[in-house]
Amino acid sequence: MPVYYLEFIVVALGLVLLMVDAFAKLEDKRSLARLGILGLAIVFCLLFIVKAPEAAVGGIWRFYAAPDSLSLFFKGLALLSTILVLIMAIDYAPIVIAQTANPEDGAHPQAGLGEFFALPLFACAGLMWMSSANHLVSIFVSLETVSITFYILVAYLRRNVGSLEAGVKYLILGALSTGFLVYGFAWLFGVTGSMELPAITEALGKDGINTTAALFAFALILIALAFKLGAAPFHLWIPDVYQGAPTPVTAFLSVGSKAAATIVTLRLVSPFLASAPLVGKITAVLIVVAILTLLVGNLAALPQKNFKRLLAYSSIGHSGFLLMALASAPRASVANAMSPTTVVAFYLGAYLLMTLLAFLVLSSLRVAIPGEEIDSYRGLAKRSPFHAAALLVAMASLAGIPLTAGFFGKFFAFKMAIDAGQWWLLAAALVAAAAGFYYYLKIAVSMYFSEPAKGEEGAIRVSPLTGFAMVVLMILIVAAGVAPGVIVGLFS
Amino acid sequence: MSTLELLVFLPLLAALAVGLGAPARFTALGASVLVLLVAVYCAINFNTVVEGATQFASSRTLLEMPGFPKLSLAFGIDGISLVLVLLSALVLVAAVFVAPQESAIKGSAKLYYLSLLLIGGGAIGAFTATDLFFLYAFHELALIPTFLMIGIFGHGEGRVRTAWTITIFLGVGSLILLVGLILAVGALGGTTFDVASLIALAKAAPIAEGTQSWIFLLLFIGFGILVSLFPFHSWAAPAYAEAPTPVAMLHAGVLKKFGLYGLIRLAMPLAPAGAEKWLNLVLILLLGNILYIGLVTIAQKKLDRMLGYSSVMHMGYAFLGIAAGNVIGVSGAVLLMFAHGLSIALLFGLAGWMRDQFGSLDFDKFGGIAKSMPKLGLLFGFATFASIGLPGFANFAAEVEIFFGAFAGEDTTMTWIRWATIGALWGVVISAVYMLRAFRNLFMGPKPEALNTPADLSWGTRLPLLLLLVALLAVGFSPELLNQFIRPAVNGLFTAMAG
Repeated sequence: MPVYYLEFIVVALGLVLLMVDAFAKLEDKRSLARLGILGLAIVFCLLFIVKAPEAAVGGIWRFYAAPDSLSLFFKGLALLSTILVLIMAIDYAPIVIAQTANPEDGAHPQAGLGEFFALPLFACAGLMWMSSANHLVSIFVSLETVSITFYILVAYLRRNVGSLEAGVKYLILGALSTGFLVYGFAWLFGVTGSMELPAITEALGKDGINTTAALFAFALILIALAFKLGAAPFHLWIPDVYQGAPTPVTAFLSVGSKAAATIVTLRLVSPFLASAPLVGKITAVLIVVAILTLLVGNLAALPQKNFKRLLAYSSIGHSGFLLMALASAPRASVANAMSPTTVVAFYLGAYLLMTLLAFLVLSSLRVAIPGEEIDSYRGLAKRSPFHAAALLVAMASLAGIPLTAGFFGKFFAFKMAIDAGQWWLLAAALVAAAAGFYYYLKIAVSMYFSEPAKGEEGAIRVSPLTGFAMVVLMILIVAAGVAPGVIVGLFS
Repeated sequence: MSTLELLVFLPLLAALAVGLGAPARFTALGASVLVLLVAVYCAINFNTVVEGATQFASSRTLLEMPGFPKLSLAFGIDGISLVLVLLSALVLVAAVFVAPQESAIKGSAKLYYLSLLLIGGGAIGAFTATDLFFLYAFHELALIPTFLMIGIFGHGEGRVRTAWTITIFLGVGSLILLVGLILAVGALGGTTFDVASLIALAKAAPIAEGTQSWIFLLLFIGFGILVSLFPFHSWAAPAYAEAPTPVAMLHAGVLKKFGLYGLIRLAMPLAPAGAEKWLNLVLILLLGNILYIGLVTIAQKKLDRMLGYSSVMHMGYAFLGIAAGNVIGVSGAVLLMFAHGLSIALLFGLAGWMRDQFGSLDFDKFGGIAKSMPKLGLLFGFATFASIGLPGFANFAAEVEIFFGAFAGEDTTMTWIRWATIGALWGVVISAVYMLRAFRNLFMGPKPEALNTPADLSWGTRLPLLLLLVALLAVGFSPELLNQFIRPAVNGLFTAMAG
């Protein structure tokens, strides 16, 4: 089966969910999400049996890179995060119903819930497509597929002002960054005369290239990508949007949108890094952006009191580590060096596991614990030791404590910076890692060292599906922290 | 699964089982006794003739990637590791045994025993791993459980603050250490994490001296913070005073030794020129540990604080043995790690029991309890003598070896290290002063009116502590019991370094 069938299946699945929602009279629309999870799980299994398209596929498949294990890995990440987001959405459904319901007579009590389960599938298809895109047009179209779905999802809670505010902010800034991206693409086309990445790489590598124009194109593209990645100084939207969006959407944003931006960054920055006339300046810019992002993200996280805002800043901080790996990419001449692609892919995989685990805990607690402040998790260890233990594992991994996946993510990035001799970058990363250590442990303090607030001592239950997902994620985090080869083997 | 994998994973699997709902105390106790049996099995089957090689070795490759050192889950022990594994197993059994009965544990017994097992498993893992990454990572494994244990189950109002202090100190120490280790691995070609291969590489093609000096300094400070080296010692005494008793026993007795182990195993062989260059700094700081902290210890007014500071002070001797840089000095340091680990665990165990019974450990509230509690008095007396280093206890044998090692040489010139040794000898007097004063304050003299004496130590409490005492006496009367393991290992280490 050719690999691009997978995207079609996911889109078709999304349409089926919409149709079922529209025409079947479902008592409980949460079964839609279960159907979606089942479908995506099947697609996930199909990943292991797909094969490359025939050599000479013409027409539209020119836009689709032959699948290597890396693009399959990214497709797997997209599927896995969508499955987990749907699991969160099931737990979160009561909040969605409460904040979207129509008080009119005769309306379905869960009206408006169906699309909340169907939309992530379209974003997932966009993400999967993006990991194989090798043409500026297909990169742009897939990126926008994802972004537009997110515009809807962020503003989904239409009776919640915070969600609407987040939606508007995201829409306006997102549209602006899209403008930068297209303009950058135009300049890139002007400089290289091609829209296909292999041809662009080749053109940029030539000596006679117009470096001013190429750098201008790079600057425009970098602004757009920095916005999507949440890299400083284009990170300002992240905390507000993360805080306002429904929790499962925040999770999807921080993982899916981050993965999308990272893949595109890898694809678009690599030609510039491979270009001998440009690489020096490009690296310098990337280093500055990485240092800023590391410091801003991690230092601004220190005083945060809202959990989702804290995770927003932490997500900015992790973008800093991703950029650090990219900025330390070795010159092509160095033999036997770590490839930035490997490091970034591993970091992304680790980041996905630990962030989704944290958000699974958050959304599964949202009904029992209405607040999203860190203080509302006081005494969680007494109310639900399981939730507390899962959150502790997630936080330990985000902080980068050894024997968790997060440690190797950071370790690889540090190793690259050391090999490249980027001492300033390294110093910033050390400060960032130390700060992270503190603010992630703060969560553990709140959960373990304080008593629950009065009147909130009741035990909290976890649904079987969510519990299962949490256990799987915990095992994966520890497994990848002991034997990182488990993940590395998937894409190299 | 090899013997050592069994040894390391037993406590970790038991922790998992406790987390999943197995009876906490029973599982923890069973696992720790099994660990002790396996450790003794290793000691019995240990080949004491082979020099330097690790025994019971096993290895599983976990990651091979271009540009990154090969990573494997590898275990193996030489005599030094074996002695520390025995120490860990003994203290783990005692610590789990004296852990307060379930009713006395605030909150969850599950979390309590789970954390203890993780701390114990982490220590054993760190002492048996032959892969640099796991050597480091297993030590880190104990960090968060320690943090939680002190913050949740600690004594006193300041426990959260104390938990933060120890975690930040140890976290920063580990980070400095990590930078030093990465630099060392990079300077040696960055192809392997295997400790033995790294040492061989460092001997075949030594790292440039300038780099070595940086590497040694980073490793010395990183490991030093973990061992409460002066002036990075301020976390230790409050943490031990406020930690739950078993954690104080495990941390002061076992985990802290990881820093010394690292200095012997890594810092010395990987950067010998750096060690030589910084020798005087090492000597000044270790005198700070012995003399300055010794005086601080005398000034303490509470038993638990005094014990905390005394454990900081005694680390100075171990540094002296390592600084001596010869077989006898380093062997003495290893023996001291064992002896001090047992004696401080014994003292913290007794102090914890007394805190439970009397509700306080202030010296001025005590007096004359030996008359009504002779068993406690006797056991405490033995522990006191051991801690001072009287002949007949392992501590004496270790300290003698260290002083001989540090003063060694046939010429009569007074080198810096000889002056330092003369200074350090006064430490023996200082420890006698504070330990004997403590004993007098607690057990001798008139008994204050307000003091109610509870029933004497029960068998259940005595048994695990007697285990520690018997080991101390056995090694004290016959140091060869352990020296037969230590000597070939240290010989091998110096052969590997010097060629």
